Amino acid sequence: MTREGFHRSIKELERDVLQMGEMVIDAINRSVEALKNLDAKAAKEVVDNDEQINRKRWQLEDKCVDLIATQQPVASDLREIIAILSIVRDLERIGDYAEGIGKIVLMHGDEPLVKPLIDIPMMTQIAVKMLRGSLDAFVKRDAKMARAICSEDDEVDRLYDRVYHDLLGYMIKDPSTITRATYLIWAAHNIERSADRATNISESVVYLVTGIPTELNVSRY
Amino acid sequence: MDFEAKIETTDLNLYYGDFRALIDVNIRVPARNVTAIIGPSGCGKSTLLRCFNRMNDLIESTKVTGRIGIDGQNILEPDTDLIALRRKVGMVFQRPNVFALSIYNNLKFGLRIHNMLSRRDQIMQTIQQGLEQVGLWDDLKDRLHRSAHSLTLEQQQRLCIARVLILKPDIILLDEPCSALDPIATLRVEELLRVLRQHYTLVIVTHNMQQAARASDFTAFMYLGRLIEFADTHRIFTNPGEKLTEDYIRGSFG
Repeated sequence: MTREGFHRSIKELERDVLQMGEMVIDAINRSVEALKNLDAKAAKEVVDNDEQINRKRWQLEDKCVDLIATQQPVASDLREIIAILSIVRDLERIGDYAEGIGKIVLMHGDEPLVKPLIDIPMMTQIAVKMLRGSLDAFVKRDAKMARAICSEDDEVDRLYDRVYHDLLGYMIKDPSTITRATYLIWAAHNIERSADRATNISESVVYLVTGIPTELNVSRY
Repeated sequence: MDFEAKIETTDLNLYYGDFRALIDVNIRVPARNVTAIIGPSGCGKSTLLRCFNRMNDLIESTKVTGRIGIDGQNILEPDTDLIALRRKVGMVFQRPNVFALSIYNNLKFGLRIHNMLSRRDQIMQTIQQGLEQVGLWDDLKDRLHRSAHSLTLEQQQRLCIARVLILKPDIILLDEPCSALDPIATLRVEELLRVLRQHYTLVIVTHNMQQAARASDFTAFMYLGRLIEFADTHRIFTNPGEKLTEDYIRGSFG
């Protein structure tokens, strides 16, 4: 191959992106599990681990900058590196959302949850599925698959609405639950944002494949 | 920077008559890496390159002071065996300069000059290895008797590299080796350099900054006879230390 070294570097970058994706999925799952069980130890681990996710981001961004500066990528190679820069940033934000949920668990303390978690874990399941799907679409360079991911965001939004109104009800009935209910709304919001970020990743995939910047996250309002 | 230096100059100065072409150059060239030398026309990059195999000796009224160490030995010592030096430090030029001989004899020539091999089967084996190293064996194995001039420019340049390689050098100097080649041929030769650096130390002079960025591990920037900056290529092209370097690579001056 004419530029074997360069193309190998790009393949390595792709593998690194997937690795970072797994780190972030793990963080989200563990943070919600910690919230379900009010497990402070597990939550602290998620918070402490965010440093590794941040480091991975800088590493990947550095590699992208290096390839742009030294290899003059064009066409699909350039779009791929630009897409990766964007994806890495979205992944890092999802990592921050997981860290945020970990911090919520630590702030929540020993008091019981306002209500057992049902919707938040369901939202998380869908968000993680969307994230895995968008990364899969990235690997397969499948714009159709990427677009399909985004339809699942509606379900996440619907569940978030339900969580919000549910908890609003608790707060109105019993003001002593306000703090704990607010924590849960924040946690749910972090999951809803994670799902949005997965949509962003899908948009990056569509751009990579078609070269056309596309908005996939269309608001209901 | 921590690396094993294959070539190390100390206060190197070179004069063409009264003109001081190299000014107090102190450079350490890392072993088994590709080092690119870049800079505007007339900055001294080719002059510096030619110091490493004392090719400047062939230019009249040249005077050199300082020290040029290769594997610790000062090659400016008067008793330096120049023939041995030029075998150990091979050179590839801008325009491919194949001899007006067959492909086979182009390669055999150097072996004969350096009394390296006498048995025909050994010569053939060495020639095959050389051509394999540059990716020419499959294309040329059935045409070794043909004139080297019948080859494309890219093939001729690869042949010139093979000619250097079969003499088992340590260092390969390349003076704008892709200037005469089209863009795809250029990329293929750069890929070859990437592979060769596993075993050899390569120094490439290029006026093409993008080539330096693509093909080298370390980059030296020269200006008006001085070495302005030397760093790993990633650093030079993302965050150079000297403003002059930054201005040059950004195209702020020619």
